[in-house]
Amino acid sequence: MTTSLKLKDLSKKEMLLAPGHRMCQGCGAAIVVKMVLLAIDKPVVACSPTGCLEVTTCISDYTAWKIPWIHSAFENAAATMAGVETMYRALKKRGKISQDISFVVFAGDGGTYDIGLQSLSGAMERGHDMLYICYDNGAYMNTGTQRSGATPFGASTTTSPAGSSVPGKMQHRKDITRIMAAHNIPYVAQASPSHHLDLMRKIQKAMSISGPKFINILSPCHRGWRSKSDDAIALSRLAVNTCYWPLFEMDNGKTQLTHTPKEKLPLKDFLRPQGRFAHLFRPENEWIIEQSQTQIDADWNAMIGAGAGASGVIEE
Amino acid sequence: MKKMTAVTGNEALAEALRQINPDVCAAYPITPQTDMMQRFSDFVADGLVDTELMLVESEHSAMSACIGASAGGGRVATATSGPGLALMWEMLYVASGMRCPIVMPVINRALSAPLNIHCDHSDAMGARDSGWIQLWSENAQEAYDNLIMAFRIAEHADIRLPVMVCMDGFIISHSLGVMEFLADDVVRKFVGDFTPQDALLDIGRPVSYGPLIVTDQYHEYKKAQNDIMSSVFDVAADVATAFENISGRHYGLFETYKLEDAEIGIVVLNSAAGTCKDMIDEAREDGVKIGLLKPRLFRPFPYGPIGDALEHLKVICVLDRSDSFGAFAPLFSEIAASLYPRANRPFLINRIYGLGGRDFMPEHVASVINEMIEITGHKTTVLPKKYISLRQ
Repeated sequence: MTTSLKLKDLSKKEMLLAPGHRMCQGCGAAIVVKMVLLAIDKPVVACSPTGCLEVTTCISDYTAWKIPWIHSAFENAAATMAGVETMYRALKKRGKISQDISFVVFAGDGGTYDIGLQSLSGAMERGHDMLYICYDNGAYMNTGTQRSGATPFGASTTTSPAGSSVPGKMQHRKDITRIMAAHNIPYVAQASPSHHLDLMRKIQKAMSISGPKFINILSPCHRGWRSKSDDAIALSRLAVNTCYWPLFEMDNGKTQLTHTPKEKLPLKDFLRPQGRFAHLFRPENEWIIEQSQTQIDADWNAMIGAGAGASGVIEE
Repeated sequence: MKKMTAVTGNEALAEALRQINPDVCAAYPITPQTDMMQRFSDFVADGLVDTELMLVESEHSAMSACIGASAGGGRVATATSGPGLALMWEMLYVASGMRCPIVMPVINRALSAPLNIHCDHSDAMGARDSGWIQLWSENAQEAYDNLIMAFRIAEHADIRLPVMVCMDGFIISHSLGVMEFLADDVVRKFVGDFTPQDALLDIGRPVSYGPLIVTDQYHEYKKAQNDIMSSVFDVAADVATAFENISGRHYGLFETYKLEDAEIGIVVLNSAAGTCKDMIDEAREDGVKIGLLKPRLFRPFPYGPIGDALEHLKVICVLDRSDSFGAFAPLFSEIAASLYPRANRPFLINRIYGLGGRDFMPEHVASVINEMIEITGHKTTVLPKKYISLRQ
């Protein structure tokens, strides 16, 4: 019996990430973790690599996790969780555990796109039964907003600052979702906390499938994005509606959009509220926005052209 | 009637792992360990064990997976060598800091550069401060026995720490030696069932592993780790006594050979001790009062008992198969520390031998014996640290 996603029912569910954690006020990642845990029905064990979520949720002698949770290091959340999941199978086989348990990783983009990629790729290839969630805020936020493989083209970070000769990060983002899809795992998706029903439905779908699953979830960070502290949902909605962050899923290799914006907004609408892109609105840097818009349009059209048009969309 | 068998070191260790049948084993191939895990993979493929074998994509992930599995609440083993151990280095500290009783044969191999796959102790010496218990083994028999004892020590309720069992790469791992296996049921009974503590997979009692601990408690946490290590001596000794009862083989925290009435002595780890013992027998026939001490438990290090065993000597040569460049080698430093508090301090020399698998021959032992005899007669001035068997 899967949890009803009606707000009335969800409001009665216990929050498995307890209040009192030390994530920043308005942090997208905390919202994402709560949505994910609300959608999961089975007993679940969680793992996080070193990062914002980890350092703010378990500071000795306190923990915000009401479920079993493990952190071991930065580059190895997938391998660590794979070890836990393998021990679960070993103990179940030997009759020492009887109940069904599921496994979920919550990792940032640094621990997923960059330093943790080998560990993640290995775990996906070996087929461990786990859901790997990347909360993607587009930089190393825990160490003070250094650029990562997920940082968008043109963004100013502390290691790709917009200066007088270099206007921010001059490389495009790695397409981690498609890299994961190339592992031919049964379920890959992209979600956004602005579309919470879509997000939670994807979690429930992933949890119903055995084997490795990967979901990349946009996770606004107002400290790193230089935006207002109460705009996580508004910004993630703009990301979806500008098609910067399309909502789709790849179910056994078939790509399907799960939401089509009623009106596709210009990328500028997503960039403008964020200080990390402020320099792009100077005349000499407008080419960066134009190039980014061209890339987004091409990616979006390719997705539509490949027959990924939305169907069965859950209206927000 | 004892049944003696001729096996390689890797075969002996694979056999111990078959008998123990751990819940999870995560490993990555690296010479000279590979052959052990291949043999264990055969056991899995043929249904002789039902261990969940994780063939991961790196040693870093092997140790990370072992940590996850161990925290999960079951018996875990892996194995590695040289650069593989070096790649695990970060996670070694996590395993001990989280009190994960993982057991790991380390088939000692040199570190790059230059690339070298042969025997050298630099790998395990690089991990000596990682909070792992280290047992060192002269031959296949000792490695097999140590591996079985390692599970009892690691999983002891008062210890719960990871253990490395060190064995010389190629010299032992790939050479045939004669040894005696214990019966499967004897080993299984000796190792016993795994008792989980604070298992991550205990859904009814959720625990958090791997907290952030800042300046208010980290210092105390590390002191507690040191205290636990200090209690390993008694547990290792008790486990050795229990092991003697099932095997007839006696193990101390270290081994002495003809040391009691000796005037000069050699201190050496692992397989080179065998060559040294042969040469000590020869020297004894010539009237040289010489003996040997071979540490078995290197971490924690039994400074007091080793100091007691060595302080009556006039000259000691500590033979190291690894180096600390620009400093004394690791074993030498420990022996010096064992003897410093004594009223009578033997004259100590440090000789580096066998790096990267360089053969350690009887004539090399003879040369250090001669050197010690000359020092005893004050016939020479010596360099405290020197490489032996150098090619000209």
